Parts: sequence; C-alpha cells; structure tokens
Amino acid sequence: MIGDNPWLDGLLRLLVIAVAIPLAVIVLNYLERKVIGRVQNRLGPMRVGPYGTLQAVADTIKLLTKEDVRPHSADRWTFELAPYVVVVPTVVALVTLPLTDDLFVRNLALGLFFILAVSTLSIVGLVMAGWGSDNKYAILGAMRSAAQLISYEIPLVMAAVAVAMVAHTPDGGRGSLDLVQLVDGQGRVPYIVWQPLAFFIFTVAALAELYRQPFDIPVAESEVVGGPFVEYSGMRWAMFMMAEYVNLVLLSALTAIVFLGGWNWPLGNEVGPALQVPLMAIKTALFILFFFWARAILPRLRIDQLMAYSWQVLLPLAFYQIIANGLVLVYDWPDVVLGVLSGAGAVAAMLLTYRMVRRPAPVRRPLAVAAASTREVRV
Amino acid sequence: MASTAPQHRHELETIDLHINVGPQHPATHGVFRMVLTVNGELVEDCDPVIGYMHRGNEKLPENCDYRQIIGYHDRTDYLAQFNTEWTYCLAVEKLMGLEVPERAEYIRVILGELNRVASHLMWAGAFGTDVGFFGTPFMYAFREREVIQDLFEAVTGERMMYNYFRPGGVAWDVPDDFEEHCRYVVDHVRRGLDDLDALMTDNEVFLARCRGLSPVTPEQAINWGLSGPMLRACGVKHDLRRAEPYSIYDRFDFEIPVGTQGDVYDRYLVRMEEMRQSLRIVEQALKQMPKNGPIMAEGLKRVLRPPAGEVYARTESPRGEYGVYIVSRGADKPWRHKVRGASFCNLSALREMVVGNYVADAIIILGSIDIVLCEVDR
Repeated sequence: MIGDNPWLDGLLRLLVIAVAIPLAVIVLNYLERKVIGRVQNRLGPMRVGPYGTLQAVADTIKLLTKEDVRPHSADRWTFELAPYVVVVPTVVALVTLPLTDDLFVRNLALGLFFILAVSTLSIVGLVMAGWGSDNKYAILGAMRSAAQLISYEIPLVMAAVAVAMVAHTPDGGRGSLDLVQLVDGQGRVPYIVWQPLAFFIFTVAALAELYRQPFDIPVAESEVVGGPFVEYSGMRWAMFMMAEYVNLVLLSALTAIVFLGGWNWPLGNEVGPALQVPLMAIKTALFILFFFWARAILPRLRIDQLMAYSWQVLLPLAFYQIIANGLVLVYDWPDVVLGVLSGAGAVAAMLLTYRMVRRPAPVRRPLAVAAASTREVRV
Repeated sequence: MASTAPQHRHELETIDLHINVGPQHPATHGVFRMVLTVNGELVEDCDPVIGYMHRGNEKLPENCDYRQIIGYHDRTDYLAQFNTEWTYCLAVEKLMGLEVPERAEYIRVILGELNRVASHLMWAGAFGTDVGFFGTPFMYAFREREVIQDLFEAVTGERMMYNYFRPGGVAWDVPDDFEEHCRYVVDHVRRGLDDLDALMTDNEVFLARCRGLSPVTPEQAINWGLSGPMLRACGVKHDLRRAEPYSIYDRFDFEIPVGTQGDVYDRYLVRMEEMRQSLRIVEQALKQMPKNGPIMAEGLKRVLRPPAGEVYARTESPRGEYGVYIVSRGADKPWRHKVRGASFCNLSALREMVVGNYVADAIIILGSIDIVLCEVDR
C-alpha cells in the first residue's frame, strides 16, 4: 500500500493507470506503424521529430482539433454515446490487471473473470455505433462484430477457465481466478508448457477479439470501410482507436500473466520489483509484436469461415482441454500428464486448422504445363 | 455456391438492403460503382454502374490526325500503355501496309512485355489489399513495379503517358545502356516475384478465401466474351500472341499458363505465371535484338494519310484482347475509331460471378477481374 490512507492509495494507483494508458496508446500507435513499415519494406513515420517519434503526438493534436461530425440522419444519443461505451469497459478492465505483484489498482479474487466479463461489454458500443450511424456499411460491420463476438468469446473464456482450473494456490490446492496467485503458482514452469492447447486457443481468440488480421472482419477496410467507425471523426474516432490499443495491451498482458509466468518466470518468485517490471514489459511486448506481425502478413477470413473455425475447431478443443484438466485433477495425476494431453490437443488443433484450409484440394500449380484436358481454341 | 438463405425468410417480413459499393470505395479501383442487394451477408443481386470516367476516348480521336491519337490510347488503359499504343500502331500499319524495322519490333516486344509485368504487379498488389492484407503485397509489388517504371522513364522520359510507339516504329532510339538496364530489371523483378509468391501463394488464409470462389466454366467464359487471364484461368488455352502471332511473337519460346477451375485462385496463379513467362520473352528478345539499325519505317510523311478502308487490330494486353477498329476514308483523320476494351468485356460477367456469394467475396471477385476504369468507360 502506498501511504497509510487507503483512499489516497487507491487514487494514486488509479492515476498511474490513467496516465499510463494514453501514453501507451501513443507509443503503441507509433510502434505499430514502424513495425509494419519495416515489414513492408519502408521506414514508417520519419518526418515529425527524430525518426518520426513525435508523429503520434502530431496525430493526437490533429484528432483533437478535428471537427466532430455527426450525420444528419444519425440517431443522436446512440451515435454520441457509443465511443464511451466502447472505451469505458476496456479501461475498467485494467483496474484489476496486475503488472507486478504490487502494481495494480485492486487485485480481485475473481480477477480473470472480471477482466474477461467487463472487456466483452465493449461490443455493445460497437453495435450502438453501427446502428446509430445510419450507414449501411456501419450496420453491416456492427452485425459482423456481434456475430464474431459470440464465436470467439466462448473459446477464449473456456481456455482461460481451463488454466484457472489447474492453477496452483499458495495453500497447495488447485484452482484460482486470482491473477497474482495465477502467476505465483507457475513457479519455475509456466502454464504454456502444461497447457499449450489452451494457449493456442487463447491467442487465436485474442486475435479475433482485437479485430486484427486475419479476423478484422467487422472493420474490414476493403469491404465495409471501417465498419462501425465509418461515420466517426475527430475525438470520437480516436476513442475507438484508443479502446483498440488498450485492449491490445490488456490481452497481451493477460496472455503473459496466464501463460508465460507474468513477472516471475524464469527468475523465480523472489525477484524484486526492479526486475519484475522489465520482465513483464518484455513478455507483454512479445505478444504485442506478435499481433502487429499478424496484421502485417495475413489477409482476412470471411465471417462464416471464422464462425466455422471457432465453433467446429476451437470450441470442441477447449472442451477437450477442460475435460483433460478435470481428469488430471480428479485422479491427481502429475503435471506432466497435463502437458502431454494438452500437447496432443495442440497438435490436433494445428492439424485440423491445416485440413480445414486445404480441404478442397491440394495446392494446384496448373500453370505452364497445360493438362491434356485443356482445349486449344483458335478464334 | 448453394444458397444459404434462411428458410424462414418468407415468414418474417424482411426488406433487402441495397449497398452502394462505390464510386468512392477502396475496393472498386477507381470510379466504378456496384449496387449490391444483400440479404444479410449474401449478395442477391448486383447492378454494376459504369461511365463515371467517360471522356469520349473513341470519338475524340476522330478529330485528331493519326499521330495525335497515340496519346489517347495511353489514356484508355493507363496501366498497359505500351500495349494499347502498340495495338493502335498495328492497326495503322495494317491499313498503310507499313513494314516495321527489326530493331523497333524488338524494342516494342521488350517494352510491351515489361509493361505486362508492371500491370500484373499492380494487380497483385491491389488484389492483396482486396483480400485483406494490410498493404504488404502492395508494397512488395510496387517495389518491383518502380524498377520497371524507372526503365520506362529512361526510355520515354515519361512515367505514365509514354506516347513512345509510332505507326512504323518507335519515336526515338533507346538509351545506350538499355540492354544492361533491362537485364537488371528482369533479375530484380524475378526475385521480387519470389517474395510475392512466398507472401501470398501458399498463405493459408489466402487459400481459404480464393480457392473455389466463383468458378467459371470454359463454355461460360467463351459465351461471356472473357479474354486474357480471365479466360485462361478457365482452362482455355487462348493467347493472341500464340493464336494469331502479331509482331514477332512467333520467334519466342514461352508457355501459356492455364488454370483448371476458373476460380479466383486460378486467375491469381495464371497472372503470377504470366509475369514469369513475360520475363522469359524479354530475355530472349534481348539476346536476339539487333545492336543497331533503323527504328522507323522508311519514307513516311509528316502527316499520315492511310488509304481508304477499314481495319481491326488486336493484341494480347495484360487484361485480355485489346482491339482497335479504324475506318479510313483516305483523310488525315480516321472516319471511325472504335476500341474493344478487355476489362470492359470481362466486367460484363461480374453479375453472374457475384450473385450468390458473400459481400466479402464480391469484393474479391471484382478485384480478380482486374479492371481499369479508364479503359472500361473510355
């Protein structure tokens, strides 16, 4: 606790979060453009400030001063409230996200549940934005995001539940939703080793939750031109973007905590805060970079393909993971069994994904060698 | 694709949603517009609207003399300028019975084939963006296209409206280092194509989106008058360079890539392979090209006056059959001038290909046609 007064303590911690988030958004925006620029064989922003470092600041100023346009036929209250409905839940979810064993606003016993439940509420804002804009692209995008949510959210929660089931608690028991306990329980071996299948499901679902390629279906630029955001400008549009990046930090940090041992692994539970912060930052950055990289190199799936994949592959495998974990808990098998069962599931997941994609036929390279069946037509 | 419309549709009162894709939409590659009637995500009808870019590119040349018209052909298909100029020059040469010098023919073949590569590169990049890439194939493709553009700039002094071919030859000789420059371009582009291949061809998500999408049978393709890669993707081995060798195409050894299914993925593969074949032709042409010699037919007057008659010349442009029809009455201006645009004819099959697919696929199918709106609307 900072100081003796719990109120002061809470306020200070909130302040840290409130300052850190916009800063993180600005830095991440710059980083994303740089990273994707490098992948695409260009430099990214270079003009504003040394190496373009001030580009994000310039953009923020531009967005703040830009006119806030509301279409004449828009549903006023729905349209204007939507950005807040998107931003608030993502920020509220940060309240219980621990960055080290002491750096959080309030650690809840149901922390994992709280984060997953609250961050899902953003979808209401997206649907409101789509409906309120009175734009067909927007409504199409909003409907897509709702359809996408019910597809990815269930496997995401199931994967998290599977890990929470087998988490070690300080009293020697199993099962915890407390994020600090989740980290401490991992000790020397992070849960990614024991639960690779859950990790796979969680990461894929997180990509979908972040609306990043290959799951940027609701905001698809070449189809629905930004989807629910199409009519927004200025600060309201910036709020959607902020929610997107806050979500990015949130899910990356959550993955690092749940699967990569958070601020402990591989240095053990006794490391001080001086090492915990960089350790946590590195792991979070790893996932953030993964999400950037996915955006740079992957095209987009179709909404029905995403739904089929989520319901037919991810969800059954998530159930398998839960059942396997349940068996291990009931019969008190060692953790190695957990790893083997989950590893087999992960291999199955990859094989199924591969088969789903390649199902119609193997890659055909018909060219240059004209098959006997092709006809030569002279006109 | 079988209709997946819900069965209870007629019990509930629903209205169809009309979505206006374009004329200002990132996926229409210009000022094309299609009105989609959708039921949820399913396209039930598609109404293409063209004409936003109409500039009278067929009528205007009827008031210009034969040399001024070349520039108008640059402006029809602005991604395959050399090919369009070439077609027009072929028409005039046919009408006048001109013999084009050897060296000029080789220059034309090299530039025309490189222009095909540049055009297909542009298509591959834009198509990648349609499929949902965040611009990465676009950047890769443009890196290679830029190298080709540099060569064109060195030869013609222009980056877009080259105006370099003339009836009877080419306007001026190529720079001294033309051959090395071309070899550099070919090597560079070949490596770049491998990059593009690695990024897109076997990409799982790309496969899932493109394979089996809107397959076209050879019969349909011929009935609709498709040409170029769109036709060859269906398995019809028809390429004007082979079927009706104009210029000096009978001297080169190259394959005609064909697809088997006529789906979007086949169209992609055909175009990728065509680029490689074009590079092969360029290499052979560089080897055979005479080091010096005339580049313009002898005895041409300043103002061309072809004899009365009519002529239709056609070539294999990157998008398909590009044809020019000219009626001359012996004056210094054509009496009638008509263009057959390849992408205009290919675009006419859009409705049949799109209806019954999802909105997201409609965008990809439109992209796979490779339209150039200046050529569609003329």
